[in-house]
Amino acid sequence: MPMKKTILGAGTFLAICSLLVTASEAQEHKITVVSYGGVYTQSQREAFYKPFSAATGVRVQEEDAVEAWPQVKAQIETGKVTWDVVNGETATILQGCETGLLEPFDWKLVDKSKLIPEAVTECGVGGIVQASVIAYDADKIKGDAPKTVADFWDLKKFPGKRGVRKTPITTLEFALMADGVPHDKVYQVLATKEGVDRAFRKLDEIKPSIVWWESSSSPPQLLADGEVAMTTSWNGRITQAKRADKKNFVIVWDGQNYDVDFWAVVKGAPNKENAMKFVASATDPQRQAKQMDYVAYGPTAVAAMSLLPADFAAELPSSPNNLKQGIRNDAKFWAEHLEDLQARFQAWLSR
Amino acid sequence: MTSQAAILGGADLSGALRVRKPLRARLGPALLVAPLLAFLVVGYVLPILGVLWRSVDNTEFRTELPRTVKALASFDGGDLPPESAYEALHQDLVDAQNARSVGIVARRLNLVTTGYRSLILSTAAKAQAMRPPYREAFAAADPRWGETAIWVSLRRLSRPVVPDFLLVAIDLEESENGIRHVDPDRAIYLDVLWRTFEISLLVCGLCLVLGAPLAFLIAAKPRWSNVLLTFVLLPFWMSLLARTAAWVALLQSQGLVNKALLELGLIAQPLALMFNRAGVLIAMTHILLPYMVLPLYASMRAVPIELVRAGISLGASPLTVLSRVYLPLILPGITAGAMLVMILALGYYITPALVGGTQDQMLSYFVAFNASQVLNWGLASALAVLLLLVLALLFALYRLLARVAGPVPA
Repeated sequence: MPMKKTILGAGTFLAICSLLVTASEAQEHKITVVSYGGVYTQSQREAFYKPFSAATGVRVQEEDAVEAWPQVKAQIETGKVTWDVVNGETATILQGCETGLLEPFDWKLVDKSKLIPEAVTECGVGGIVQASVIAYDADKIKGDAPKTVADFWDLKKFPGKRGVRKTPITTLEFALMADGVPHDKVYQVLATKEGVDRAFRKLDEIKPSIVWWESSSSPPQLLADGEVAMTTSWNGRITQAKRADKKNFVIVWDGQNYDVDFWAVVKGAPNKENAMKFVASATDPQRQAKQMDYVAYGPTAVAAMSLLPADFAAELPSSPNNLKQGIRNDAKFWAEHLEDLQARFQAWLSR
Repeated sequence: MTSQAAILGGADLSGALRVRKPLRARLGPALLVAPLLAFLVVGYVLPILGVLWRSVDNTEFRTELPRTVKALASFDGGDLPPESAYEALHQDLVDAQNARSVGIVARRLNLVTTGYRSLILSTAAKAQAMRPPYREAFAAADPRWGETAIWVSLRRLSRPVVPDFLLVAIDLEESENGIRHVDPDRAIYLDVLWRTFEISLLVCGLCLVLGAPLAFLIAAKPRWSNVLLTFVLLPFWMSLLARTAAWVALLQSQGLVNKALLELGLIAQPLALMFNRAGVLIAMTHILLPYMVLPLYASMRAVPIELVRAGISLGASPLTVLSRVYLPLILPGITAGAMLVMILALGYYITPALVGGTQDQMLSYFVAFNASQVLNWGLASALAVLLLLVLALLFALYRLLARVAGPVPA
């Protein structure tokens, strides 16, 4: 009965394997960290995951998710939470914190005064400062260059398509600034029905010329391919394309909409304690400065600023000259208005 | 009568068998399909029912505010509710604040009226320190508590099932004066539904026009049928995503089609074949074509050629033979193919999402959008209900047509 023997053998082998796997999983300490993928995850791996694992012996299991939040919600609702740490923008983190998708952070682990004030929230710990900016390729637009948000709307002076992120967040703000609303009044105006109408009317002007993008890796690609003359983008992607691919891209800092991207621990995370420790370790200035070797965003640890190369600092949303030209994304406004404006934006898009 | 007697006889026979081998006769067939049945119920029927239920389910809200729900049961919305309702809400908010779940209530109310999120959050933050009388304490926290609007909303959300999302799915909303149309700026889903229908119908028509001659050729030339059928079936062996991605490579402005046309000097500027309706129609027609060709082929092969010859020999013109003999005979194949393509097309998501523009997205896109980006699962479910209803209607229509046209070839 050789057949029977083989099956028996295979069965025993499998049983032993599964025992081994369970045993090693029980012994091994690990946390699961979810991020955006690509070059961004790579920067986090080099700057945070590796040093953390080396220092604590806790392995970091990486996962990438373009749409992390439905999964977080589903994991919590079904009671099978497998993720420990997630990344998210201010409005998402705020909403996740309010609706019980996230654990309040244990701020005993971090000295708040060492971080910029925007990085400190109940559940989220700021990781980077990023901005939505307007950018163009100086190899293609020569001479009289775009300098303001209004220039983004000037199809006569700068002919060609416009890349815009497919979301009302930052898009409506850009429209109002282009329509002449002073930077510091943008959210005040946008809170009114007339203000929203005004923003959509302004968007109507360039609607046929807009190429919508969703993945943050698209804008540099659109610029490089010449598909668009100008595009909105996360600033880091543009700077990275300049640095790594030697592109002659230029950022228009006027109207930059800056925001903090956060680390947060998922509610009921299986390895909550280590997850908290990991998030705390990601506020270390040395490690944050190292992350900027791979992506070009601003650090949240105050001490990390001085560790960056001088020419790089001028490319950050938080450099004084850039800061005064921009606005801070109003997370409270968006937490309140996102669903309503999202509905209107979708209706407008599909017309 | 004879057939009825035969059926009765059959029943008698099986009845007799049942007496002899009760277990095998009764349980045998049932046991054979039991695993499949269990799989279908657990893996298919229950999840679908769960999704449908979500479109009206309001349990989450009611569990967060149990006392308020009870206190508002007799509230008619005409005037402010009694002090007892304020007290109930106060206790619920304190509990929700401590349980860190007050955001769920705030977010749900904000879907009804923008601004209620901050109203609930700020009131809940102050709730612990409030002292009776609560009506005054609430009004001091925010003047909106002294108005009926918020209480009407709370009363409406204290029902076990709410129609909000189903209404929004057809561009309606509930207001103080009954059901009304949503603001024209926000009306979208009726347009999307119509668009979904329009695209599906067009794809169906294109498949019929392109597929019928091919099916005829396969049926009429048995020598070629193997090769041709292989070509029809080939796309089935490739994933839908891969086929759609291939269309992206072909249709984009620097794609193969445009490059070839430019090289040949037929066009001066690249044609816009992607991110518009044309791209969606091309890609969807290609992907759905086999579903039209196969039923057509089956019905055409079953038509005895002698009938056509007989028609011609009796003096009918080819056109008359086509319309009075051939078409009626293959009608079941046409309806079956059209129905297959139509039903599949109505639920299309990935193809329009990849090759369509913002004005070409179909209903499924908005199901996915609401489920994964807005996290509004209620609305996503409601849109799924809408899609299911449309499909059910179509199926009913198909049954009606099938009865008129005769039995469908297997």
